[in-house]
Amino acid sequence: MSRICFVACTSSGTVAYSQVVMPGAYRRPIGATGPAAITTLRQVTRAMRGSDWEGVRLHVVTGKGGTGKTTVAAALAIALANGGRRTLLVEVEGRQGIAGLFDSPPLPYQERRVALAPDGGEVMALAIDPEAALLEYLELFYRAGRAGKMLDRIGAIDFATTIAPGLRDVLLTGKAYEATNRRQAGVPVYDAVVMDAPPTGRITRFLNVNSEVAGLARVGPIRNQADAIMRLIGSPQTAVHLVTVLEEMPVQETTDGVAQLEAAGLQVGGIVVNMVRTSPLRAREIDAAARGGLDVEQVAAGLTAVGLPEGSARGLLAEARRHALRVQLERAERRSLAGLARPTYELPLVHGGIDLGALYELSARLTAGGAA
Amino acid sequence: MSAAGPSGHPPLGPTLDLGGLIGDRRIRTVVCCGAGGVGKTTTAAALALHAAERGRNVVVLTIDPARRLAQSMGLTELDNTPRRVPGVDQRAGGSLDAMMLDMKRTFDEIVLAHADEARAQAILDNPFYQSLSSSFAGTQEYMAMEKLGQLRAQADRTGQWDLIVVDTPPSRSALDFLDAPKRLGSFLDGRLIKILLAPAKAGGRAYLRVLNTGFSMVTGALTRVLGAQVLKDVQTFVAAFDTLFGGFRERAESTYRLLKAPGTSFLVVAIPERDALREASYFTERLAEEGMPLGGLVLNRVHATDAPEISPERALAAAEQLEATGAHRLTAELLRLHADRERLIARERHLAERFTAAHPKVGVVEVVARPGDVHDLDGLRDLARDLAWGSASDNAPGAADTRR
Repeated sequence: MSRICFVACTSSGTVAYSQVVMPGAYRRPIGATGPAAITTLRQVTRAMRGSDWEGVRLHVVTGKGGTGKTTVAAALAIALANGGRRTLLVEVEGRQGIAGLFDSPPLPYQERRVALAPDGGEVMALAIDPEAALLEYLELFYRAGRAGKMLDRIGAIDFATTIAPGLRDVLLTGKAYEATNRRQAGVPVYDAVVMDAPPTGRITRFLNVNSEVAGLARVGPIRNQADAIMRLIGSPQTAVHLVTVLEEMPVQETTDGVAQLEAAGLQVGGIVVNMVRTSPLRAREIDAAARGGLDVEQVAAGLTAVGLPEGSARGLLAEARRHALRVQLERAERRSLAGLARPTYELPLVHGGIDLGALYELSARLTAGGAA
Repeated sequence: MSAAGPSGHPPLGPTLDLGGLIGDRRIRTVVCCGAGGVGKTTTAAALALHAAERGRNVVVLTIDPARRLAQSMGLTELDNTPRRVPGVDQRAGGSLDAMMLDMKRTFDEIVLAHADEARAQAILDNPFYQSLSSSFAGTQEYMAMEKLGQLRAQADRTGQWDLIVVDTPPSRSALDFLDAPKRLGSFLDGRLIKILLAPAKAGGRAYLRVLNTGFSMVTGALTRVLGAQVLKDVQTFVAAFDTLFGGFRERAESTYRLLKAPGTSFLVVAIPERDALREASYFTERLAEEGMPLGGLVLNRVHATDAPEISPERALAAAEQLEATGAHRLTAELLRLHADRERLIARERHLAERFTAAHPKVGVVEVVARPGDVHDLDGLRDLARDLAWGSASDNAPGAADTRR
């Protein structure tokens, strides 16, 4: 009940600190695939049980490049906004991946609404720019308006955010921290913040801002800021989700990433297995197809029955073998992932590119699976 | 089907004759570029192995190979030195050395080579240097180029290699590789660095005059935010590094010239996906602008058909017909798989054709998607068969039957 209450409050409040722009002309695309209705018993049970990540307010989404990290982060932000809540989707790598995904112009350093979730929830998005974040920080804590502009003009901001060890990461995570903790009239402005984070190979270092800034500042304001961020990131309010596909290198990186995150004392969230393909063949047929043991005569007879050349049977079996080898490999990777013993969510391969409709569909899958 | 490429489809554009390219002894450097995650490293390794087994003395510079592939190439330690790859067929008189780039070490070595010992140590210990050398966006690209320059010089000096194959860092944009040296250069030439150096230099007076009021405000603000120690570190770093700047720029520029010189060939690597092909397109245009020689496009992970005579529509209709009768369930399923595959191939070709329409003269070679990753030399040889498809000598009859 408390959730319903504060949503009502925040949606009428104004948001300070960063300007929030609400484009009035937002249209929900006609004919977009809405969230799948809750139909199966399992989904109903899930809906009653709620999310696997109750109490988590900062969701960090990482993954090897090419696994669809940004897509999953966006789908999760929609899923978490479901039911009249408000979430913020942030990106930190200056790629404008979110804008591309939602087919909107490049995001400025401003929180903008990019999507409506079912039942009136809304997803805001922000591309965090370290230079803008540093200027904002200087302004906020030092009222360093003129000096800040001067610093910017001579390239100091560029210099500081580019090579000052760890400063860039502190600024990026710091902004996400600020958004997560931001309150309006005593209630959080965002029910959850979802971060499209750097890839698995860099995530632990990125989040471990404490040790990052150790070389930079042993005392002082940056240090204090880093300590505050670390308290949030190390708390049960933060979960780091890893996105992978069923291929060898991404799964290996996921395994390594989980170990590194755990060693750093960070809370590992769920594993999102993205772009999963299904096979019409039965397990027994997969194994036979892989070793070339399917009966060519039988397939040829089938082809003849529908007037296709029986000679095509060999080609079909060759294709079945390629398919089966791939499925077997995926099975092995799935077993490796199961060994991690983390909540796992599978998302189907979406053909023909991700659009808003596909994001809704994927978010519904995440909800049904218990990720949100 | 004689006109078909390794995917079983008609070629997309003019066929890229990679076998011919690496057989041409005038070609001494091959650079594999492309967006991250398209198989650059594997392509570079397969091509290098192929060249070595056809008689060339090759060194391949890899950036971040998959663990098992690295092991199979004898790359067990990251020591920044090329090592002989065991298991290479040397009957044609060739050889293969391989190395993995150690970005920080390459940077450290430049510092050590250009500064006296005390100064070098001061730089190496400085936290700003450590950050620049390990995490500056572009350092990896710059160091890859630096290493290429070093290998080129070593090859010219000792004659131990007649072909260098280079993999490029897994950046999002293929252009990063070409832009990194300039970016690092302009960064090190930045005004802040000049201002920070100004007090230490007689010639800095002009800057001081202009920024007399500004400077104290700037240092004041920096000190308040970062602390006095940090500002001191920056100044130490900048002062110590100053002597190296000239050397850095010069080296970057000479390596850049090397890339334009005859004897260098770029290969753009992509997969049949929108973003990867868009990057490939940008890169192709950029190479043309820079007057850098493009060998062609390697299109990895293309899906192949083994029954091109059955259209997806026909396959689906037949599957439905069989399902209605309840007989031949397996055949129906295989027909559905075939229809899915043909549709995927049609999407892939549609994307690839956009590239070839924009760049009709760029040669293309397709590499069929393997079910798993490549782990060993045999896997690389298997890939090389597709890579060298366009060269008549390698495209022997029956080659298609041996591929997976």
